[in-house]
Amino acid sequence: MSTGVSYNDQGGAEAAVEAGQESTPTSSSTGAAFGLFSADFKKNEDLKEMLESNKESLKLEAMKRIVGLIAKGKSASELFPAVVKNVASKNIELKKLVYVYLVRYAEKQQDLALLSISTFQRALKDPNQFIRASALRVLSSIRVPIIVPIMMLAIKEAAADLSPYVRKTSAHAIQKLYSLDPDQKEQLIEVIEKLLKDKSTLVAGSVVMAFEEVCPDRIDLIHKNYRKLCNLLVDVEEWGQVVIISMLTRYARTQFTSPWTEGAEFDENKAFYDSDSEEKKDQTEAKPYIMDPDHRLLLRNTKPLLQSRNTAVVMAVAQLYWHLAPKHEVSIVTKSLVRLLRSHREVQYIVLQNIATMSIQRKGMFEPFIKSFYVRSTDATHIKTLKLEILTNLANEANISTILREFQTYVKSQDKAFAAATIQAIGRCATNISEVTDTCLNGLVLLLSNRDETVVAESIVVIKKLLQTQPTQHGDIIKHMAKLFDNVTVPMARASILWLMGEYCEKVPKIAPDVLRKMAKTFTAEEDIVKLQTVNLAAKLYLTNSKQTKLLTQYILNLGKYDQNYDIRDRTRFIRQLIVPNEKSGALSKYARRILLAPKPAPGLESAFKDRDRYQLGTLSHSLNLKATGYQELPDWPAVAPDQSVRNVEIVEPLRESAPIVGKTKQPKSDKFYSDDEDEKEEEGSDSSGSGSEDSSSSSEESGSESEEESSEDSEKTSSDSGKSSSGSEKSSSESESDQKKKKKTKKAPQKKSKPAGDSDSDENGNGPVGQASSSSSESSSDSESDSESDSPAPKKKTEEKAKPKVAVNSKKEVSLLDLDDFSPAPTNAPKPSVLSQSLLSDLEGLSLSNISSTVQVTTSSFGPLKTYELLHHMTGKGLSAKYHFPRQPCLYQPSMVAVQVILTNSSDHALEEIHIGDQSPASLNIHCFNTIERLEPGASVTVSMGIDFSDSTQAANFQLCTKEDQFSVSIQPAVGELLMASTMTEQDFCKEQGKLQGMNEASATITMATANASRQAINKQVLSVANVGEVPSSQNNFSRFAGQTVSSRALVLVSLELSESSGALLTINTEKSVMASMLLQDLKQALAQA
Amino acid sequence: MIHSLFVINHLGDIFLEKHWKSVISRSVCDYFFEAREKAVDPENVPPVLQTPHHYLISIYRGKLFFLSVIQTEVPPLFVIEFLHRVADTFQDYFGECSESVISDNVVIVYELLEEMLDNGFPLATESNVLKEMIRPPNILRSVVNTLTGGSNVGETLPQGQLSNIPWRRAGVKYTNNEAYFDVTEEIDAIVDKSGTTVSAEIQGVIEACVKLSGMPDLTMSFMNPRLLDDVSFHPCVRFRRWESERVLSFIPPDGNFTLMTYHISSQNLVAIPVYVKQSISFFEAGSCGRLDITIGPKQTMGKTVEDLKVTVHMPKAVLNANLTASQGNYTYDFTTKLLVWDIGKLNPQKLPNLRGSLSMQTGVPNPEENPSLNIDLKIQQLAISGLKVSRLDMYGETYKPFKGVKYVTKAGKFQVRT
Repeated sequence: MSTGVSYNDQGGAEAAVEAGQESTPTSSSTGAAFGLFSADFKKNEDLKEMLESNKESLKLEAMKRIVGLIAKGKSASELFPAVVKNVASKNIELKKLVYVYLVRYAEKQQDLALLSISTFQRALKDPNQFIRASALRVLSSIRVPIIVPIMMLAIKEAAADLSPYVRKTSAHAIQKLYSLDPDQKEQLIEVIEKLLKDKSTLVAGSVVMAFEEVCPDRIDLIHKNYRKLCNLLVDVEEWGQVVIISMLTRYARTQFTSPWTEGAEFDENKAFYDSDSEEKKDQTEAKPYIMDPDHRLLLRNTKPLLQSRNTAVVMAVAQLYWHLAPKHEVSIVTKSLVRLLRSHREVQYIVLQNIATMSIQRKGMFEPFIKSFYVRSTDATHIKTLKLEILTNLANEANISTILREFQTYVKSQDKAFAAATIQAIGRCATNISEVTDTCLNGLVLLLSNRDETVVAESIVVIKKLLQTQPTQHGDIIKHMAKLFDNVTVPMARASILWLMGEYCEKVPKIAPDVLRKMAKTFTAEEDIVKLQTVNLAAKLYLTNSKQTKLLTQYILNLGKYDQNYDIRDRTRFIRQLIVPNEKSGALSKYARRILLAPKPAPGLESAFKDRDRYQLGTLSHSLNLKATGYQELPDWPAVAPDQSVRNVEIVEPLRESAPIVGKTKQPKSDKFYSDDEDEKEEEGSDSSGSGSEDSSSSSEESGSESEEESSEDSEKTSSDSGKSSSGSEKSSSESESDQKKKKKTKKAPQKKSKPAGDSDSDENGNGPVGQASSSSSESSSDSESDSESDSPAPKKKTEEKAKPKVAVNSKKEVSLLDLDDFSPAPTNAPKPSVLSQSLLSDLEGLSLSNISSTVQVTTSSFGPLKTYELLHHMTGKGLSAKYHFPRQPCLYQPSMVAVQVILTNSSDHALEEIHIGDQSPASLNIHCFNTIERLEPGASVTVSMGIDFSDSTQAANFQLCTKEDQFSVSIQPAVGELLMASTMTEQDFCKEQGKLQGMNEASATITMATANASRQAINKQVLSVANVGEVPSSQNNFSRFAGQTVSSRALVLVSLELSESSGALLTINTEKSVMASMLLQDLKQALAQA
Repeated sequence: MIHSLFVINHLGDIFLEKHWKSVISRSVCDYFFEAREKAVDPENVPPVLQTPHHYLISIYRGKLFFLSVIQTEVPPLFVIEFLHRVADTFQDYFGECSESVISDNVVIVYELLEEMLDNGFPLATESNVLKEMIRPPNILRSVVNTLTGGSNVGETLPQGQLSNIPWRRAGVKYTNNEAYFDVTEEIDAIVDKSGTTVSAEIQGVIEACVKLSGMPDLTMSFMNPRLLDDVSFHPCVRFRRWESERVLSFIPPDGNFTLMTYHISSQNLVAIPVYVKQSISFFEAGSCGRLDITIGPKQTMGKTVEDLKVTVHMPKAVLNANLTASQGNYTYDFTTKLLVWDIGKLNPQKLPNLRGSLSMQTGVPNPEENPSLNIDLKIQQLAISGLKVSRLDMYGETYKPFKGVKYVTKAGKFQVRT
């Protein structure tokens, strides 16, 4: 203990010192009483001399000490004249430190500060962009109202500067000037408008920040820049991303119609588990709502940012999806939010707050991650409480038992505040989920015997609330509590039990008087709070059951009358007057029953986060649950979307302007770096040559953008050269790149045609890599945009009716394209199709697949019109239906297995439990089963993956699909083509291998091709739909070759198709597995003959 | 956005303040001190506080509070993330982030803060850019500086800030070109009394130390990229390439950086490397308790478990512990009630065991809950999720770099309930 005391003493002393410091932070003369301060004071004297000396090093030393003083919050303002002289110093560090000083004290010494202005004005004309920028930075940071006009001028000039860095600084300066002099608003808005048009990623974040600060309501300034901002977003620095995203969220809320009207009818659980089927539904059902392509653009371009390392960016995207995305798409943010929970404690706090709000409305989003919210004893208290809140929100019939088990652990926590919060949580679960109400009540009753007062008090309060909300079934519990009453010692608990007895005395007519009797005995020894409740109980019993309790009541009232505590005496007097009829107080006693036994409203057991959704997620206001200054209300969706054409950019510009952007989004990032680098250089180049004059900015901008385009193209070439190294396997990608180049060239032509783009699109699809597919989607979406642009600008006054069909066409296109990349599969369960592209393949060369000859590579076909087969019909499966398809990926579990994905859907009206795989036949068959599915809600579906080793035969795999109650025999019969894995090899190797597999190993047939299958793409499509084989690049036009391997024995399967003049063709299959060859031949023949 | 920053030590002294807009009196911190008092533990201080005119957002790092003052609506995570970035930068510059180090280097700290924010909006937060502008201190340079009057502010102006790859400085040159990657996985788990895993997750991070000349373009591919479905990247990683091909393609920053972090959630099966058999009991009579802990290997993939350590936060009533450890040694700090058992290497043949009695304060009711055990461990050369880097390729430069990948598995928040 003695140590503790001494610690305290120290603390006290220090506090005193600190108080002294705080009271005199600026005036060092009064602080001279402290030794420390007088020393400082002396030092300041010699600082002046040092600053006035000629030696650079002395000056620097002095400035460093001064900065030290500033950092500690001590005043150094008297040195201002001496310091300001050094503002023009050549030494960079000295100069920077002087700037620090200047910005800190200029406000106080405005006249002296003006001395420095000319230096900055000179620096603003410096040829070096950094010097210009830093001069503007300091100039705008000096808060001296006199220089407002100078600042305004400097900002205007800098906004037109050739260096994007200077322009960025000017965007920052706008905010500073605005806070200094709000009257400049109009002029500043003009500058903002100009800067918003800027195409540099450096500027974007800062100017949007300025926009938010100065004129957040001028939404009209954004229209023309909306698409550009969306497209630039990925490349903006992370802090700018946060600001832009939150601004765009607001923008989208004013410009687009709500995507929720249709989506609202989906059960969110369903949407979560099976987004594929949901999407289809969406397309069919949600016809009346068509998302604006711009709305979609925003959602699509923000999605990659969920992977940002910056937690603020992730949160910003999450709130954007929450506020803007169709309901069934919101769940893609879940995983990223859960990931943030591993971050710093403060981050956890904010993220958990937001999840708490989200989880109230959308349980399904976070339910699969419920374990991530389990509390650790090392968590900080506020984190624990938030996790508890979320667990409570997520509780449902299915998981309540696990949650309650968790809660049991928490109740015992040493952190009593947390234990008490847990009890409240149990109470909420009990009210929300009727199944467990009794269990919870029993559990809570048990807690009444807890030693800890907080726990007991809390449980009784909760029990009280529970009983009030459920007026039907009190009897037993109240009886139970009466039984416990003798053992409960905590006064608060005893009091609460007595209150309950009184309140529901009619339900326990026999017990209540008995309890009163006991209380009469011990009345004098009880705590005050218990005595009060005893009096209450007596009064209530007297009213309901006066026969039995009249005497008891009178006895207790008499005891109370002479109690030491005046509260109790008071109450006794009041009660007596109220209930015992006498002449004086007739008026009130008539109503005694109504006063004492009035039905009391049940206290609400609601989440503390219930009303937080009135604030935008991720904001300070949301975190504090009150409106912070400067909070911008998130507007509600407009009923009718405002004119969409406002976002179209003028006809001359879009071609120039959008082309490089399109190119950018299409290219892998590397190209962007290079290209922008070159932009930079170019700009610098023109800077040094000094050719850029401000007046002709518009025309120079145009030409600039054109040359940018050129340079980006060039750089594409260089990058593709460098990036591709020597491996030739990336041929396909380089091909498509050149395609894109071609496209761009066609685009540049004033008469833009979408025809060539369409061509190359199909080309790309034929080539296969999915990466391309996504880019082609963005490509054609931009096409559609510009299509509409070319039509719409002139008839701006067109009625909306006319505009609509146009849009519908566009967005339909959009949706079908989006399927490829944007609607990601549900974030859990279904493993994402991993796509190994050609280039990766070369990387993998000679690594894991060394058992195969080096010429043959296994690859996964990205071709994916998945055929789905029925495994179990819901009629036979008593509500359980199952479908399966072959994802054509290498199997996770064993390389010799074929991967099968099974989609289980519960179409019954009750939940199915314990879905698993039972007996299998033939016994030798090697099946990797999926994990048992504990529970499948009605209407929900889940995708599971299995692996089956078919041993290269088409023998069906029979097994039993079991639920808790039933067993269904099902079988999976693979098509022969699914037993293959696609391989890639060169033409030479193909011919060589084919040569080895002649005679017995060859099967061939002449087939008649359907006319629709004449083109190479069509053939590829047909063959790939039948068998999982890979295309072998062919030098001959009339030959198509495909290669594959059988999954389990790795035998080569070579397919070649020679087209003859007429619609006939020779189909040859070479493989050791002759049975397979003939079966495959049959299948292919059928497929190719079909149209 | 961010108006002012105060750095406060654990005693409650404000030893650094910086204002980016007009000066705010440090008396605003009194509201914070009030909350600090109320929270008892520094960890429990709410990160976001409200005062009549300002909002206070604070983080607690290395016994220091970084308290920022906000005047208008701003995403709180924005500020929190930035404050952590400030602390990271100090760590990066000075090797640690403590009061003494900040006070010693106050000028550099001030210069850094000046560059990091302009008018409260983040300007340059990339360590590479900052290092170009303000050189980190080292002994040699400080000696040279005092002799020659040189400075620690870069003479050249940073080009990095201008380019679209702000994280890499230009003109890097090394004689030994090397790139090292550390794959570190931490297991967060809760194991209940009976030994069943309540929840288990893996938090993985790939830290890189890249010292390559010029502008190398690296490509890293994994044997099993399928594992990674929840990732976050350093901004240098090309996201589209990852989406389409599942390879990490990037132009690396110079020096140390975190390439990516990933999270393998509790929905996947996570291997738990050790099991713990424990019994802790407190007796009503005699005011004593008994403790018996044994640890054995569970799923270690054939690797040795090292640096095994068990930490128990005992209830207040436990006065002292009288235990014997079959391996390693234990300490019990009766002021903090912390029992630490440092085991070291786990020998599967002879399982380490700690047993003995606990002496309790008399007259105090027994604790209701047994304390939970926090386990620390380390397994070298193993990423418990099974993640493996398959290859690393470099494009854009001609030299042959030296490459290396190291795997470590550690226990993160590994808790055994008793």
